[in-house]
Amino acid sequence: MTNLPSTEFHPRWYRARVSTYWWMGSWRYLLFILRELTSVAVAWSVVLTLLLLRALLNGPEAYSRFMHRMQSPWMIAFNVIAFCFLLLHTITWFNLAPRAMPVRVAGSECPSFWWRLQTMCCGWLRRQRSRGLC
Amino acid sequence: MVAAVFIPIHLFLFGLAFPLAGFRSRVRAFVGSGAIPLAKMYLFVLCSLPLFHWAHRFRFTVYDGLQVKHLNEVVLVFCYGGAVLGRW
Repeated sequence: MTNLPSTEFHPRWYRARVSTYWWMGSWRYLLFILRELTSVAVAWSVVLTLLLLRALLNGPEAYSRFMHRMQSPWMIAFNVIAFCFLLLHTITWFNLAPRAMPVRVAGSECPSFWWRLQTMCCGWLRRQRSRGLC
Repeated sequence: MVAAVFIPIHLFLFGLAFPLAGFRSRVRAFVGSGAIPLAKMYLFVLCSLPLFHWAHRFRFTVYDGLQVKHLNEVVLVFCYGGAVLGRW
């Protein structure tokens, strides 16, 4: 409990001390922090895109240097890790979005985004098949 | 939405697939299309929105995860300032 000042008309605050590593105590908390940290991978991707644009604007030599750096093993490894984080972000985002904004069809709520996606894909395939395209 | 759908595609293509396969001409063709207003708008949205997404999430991750609420101003300037700088 922290020692926050109390006044005549206000009692002392009760604030339970929380460990800095509170998110390591449970898998759910760890997943929450990992999900939040996916934003770093998002920022990294944007920085990479901006660097690519700058290299292209600076001419062929700068572009070749940039591509050579991108082909280095440590950069590939870093991008693989970033891509895994981005996939986690995508999956959790698609799982959360229908909960935040539930879609109702004919008065009933659609159960999940994946269900809707599957239905859309099946409908599209059926249309393509009826046209004889696949 | 942009960060969840388009950013993974971009990182996969420009960060992994093209450098590994050496498809340099395709990268050049894509970014060369930056002269088209629609492509410029796309690149602007692709870069600016995810940066603010990062700024907001990272700010609260630092607050909750590391509990550094006393560095409020520093974190605020670093996160949103970085996003504005990237957008500029």
